[in-house]
Amino acid sequence: MSAVAARAVTKRYGAVMALDDVSLDFPDGIFFALLGPSGSGKTTLLRAIAGFVEPDAGQILIDGADVAHIPAHRRHIGMVFQNYALFPHMSVFDNVAFALAVRGVARAERRRRVARMLELVRLEGLEGRRPRQLSGGQQQRVALARALAAEPGVLLLDEPLGALDKRLRQEMQIELKRIQRAVGTTAIFVTHDQEEALTLSDRIAIVDNGALVQVGAPDRVYERPANRFAAAFLGDANFLSGPARGAIVAVPGLGPVRAAAVLAGPQATLAVRPEKMRLAAADAAPQGANRAPGRVAQRVFSGASVTYVVETAAGPLRVFQRNGGEALAEEGAEVAVLWSPQHSVAVAD
Amino acid sequence: MRGAERAGAILARLWLALVLVFLYLPIAVLALMGFNESVHYTLPFEFTTRWYEALAANRRLVQAGLNSVLVALANTAIATLLGTMAAFALARYRFRGRSLLQLMLLPPIAIPWLITGTAMLVLFFWTGIGRGLHAMLLGHVALSLPYVVVVVGARLASIGPELEEAAASLGASPLQSFLRVSVPLLAPGIVAAALFAFAVSFDQFVVSYFLAPPGVSVLPVEIFSAIRKGFTPEVNAVSTIVILVSMAVLAAFARLARFGGER
Repeated sequence: MSAVAARAVTKRYGAVMALDDVSLDFPDGIFFALLGPSGSGKTTLLRAIAGFVEPDAGQILIDGADVAHIPAHRRHIGMVFQNYALFPHMSVFDNVAFALAVRGVARAERRRRVARMLELVRLEGLEGRRPRQLSGGQQQRVALARALAAEPGVLLLDEPLGALDKRLRQEMQIELKRIQRAVGTTAIFVTHDQEEALTLSDRIAIVDNGALVQVGAPDRVYERPANRFAAAFLGDANFLSGPARGAIVAVPGLGPVRAAAVLAGPQATLAVRPEKMRLAAADAAPQGANRAPGRVAQRVFSGASVTYVVETAAGPLRVFQRNGGEALAEEGAEVAVLWSPQHSVAVAD
Repeated sequence: MRGAERAGAILARLWLALVLVFLYLPIAVLALMGFNESVHYTLPFEFTTRWYEALAANRRLVQAGLNSVLVALANTAIATLLGTMAAFALARYRFRGRSLLQLMLLPPIAIPWLITGTAMLVLFFWTGIGRGLHAMLLGHVALSLPYVVVVVGARLASIGPELEEAAASLGASPLQSFLRVSVPLLAPGIVAAALFAFAVSFDQFVVSYFLAPPGVSVLPVEIFSAIRKGFTPEVNAVSTIVILVSMAVLAAFARLARFGGER
């Protein structure tokens, strides 16, 4: 519906740089996640797009037009707040109809569109309820229906699922994706939950200390993290460092470890995802894989999967294995950790 | 142990009864004497409504009563509107001198009305505003404004700015957001503040006394001058009416304050 862009946006709160020269493109119709720890500046960027925060420098563009002088209520956005911010003195119907009412949409049309919205979020029949009579999940759906009722060009979501319990959150993730597809609006959502970001979005921007760390498709960012922070924040990672030559890192205690590509510096850090590693017998032949001998220090069994912590000469390595029915390694057992060179991704520190 | 507990409970009740008697006995006597035949408050009690009839015929008292209601209503409207807007500005906007302004609202509540009244008289004389109902209205607005700002401000602080942001994100202009979201949520606070403003004006003697020119009067001032000329049970009658009005206002306040606390 609308394309949004941030151009060199900077915002400072006292001595804190909330946003430091951030430029980002949010193409029309995309589901875009701003992922970062709390205080990273992601919410500030969302609020700057909404019009609640005025950048110190830089521009926010909506459909190519600078919106610096357009107040929030004329930006034609929809926003879902962390705690929903439903109007407590209004019924569900009046909440959802609010954006239509302030635009002077006729009563019959209003009723028709609210009905369609409530159908979309599967809340038919609850029009007359007050927000406090609804469960958390229902309130969240009302907030979504309310934000979408006037067919905004951009939907902004501030930790939309943060207040829900885990099961409901997973259910709402699927719902949210379905609804965004159905209405086709550009959606920008802020989250600190990496799984949520991976599940929902077409593109992820990882934000830290007010600056962009990496932008890309979820699988791309996951498989090729730009630096240590991105690798550790989006998913889990083992890090191996040492002097580098060609495509080989000499990890102290382990010897040569082969990387996916030729390395740049005299020093390099490799990131390896736990699920890319596997356990083998201590005497198993590596057959072209990287190998780290060690002892199982801990085994965490979670039903469908097992996570091992293996103590090696290069420090503890986390190994994540699908439970395929093989015998599990015992704690204290001598094992070898094997992983393919192509999964050894060089990351900046 | 149980006996001691029960004795304690009885003692506590007795104490409460004493406090209530202490508070209400003078008022009860005053109200009762408004229905007594004797001009000199002598017993035995003989029931009559003649003081109320005399009151109805007393042009000066009735006119003063009407003036009081008029000033109090105008004051309530003006002070509530201005005070609510001021509370809103103080709570939602960051501007230079905001904290100072907020702080400066409180001393007028603590400054004795006698001094405020004198100051107003001097200022109004000096600026040519003079005395009269308009001057009283100005004075009462100044007196009640801080109460309104404090009461509405407390409620605003409890609501927080998020709902207004939600309204803005949905396309509501600041005015629409104020009328459709803030005002309904603030309503209990605004009504309570309005009652405060009404009471400050309706019960106001000191400032009104200073600002009343000869021939124009409000109820508390008229009662005072009636008493100076000599006590009559007519004064008891009018006082009883004032007390009933004030208590009705307070009861409404208590009800709405509780209603406000619920949300």
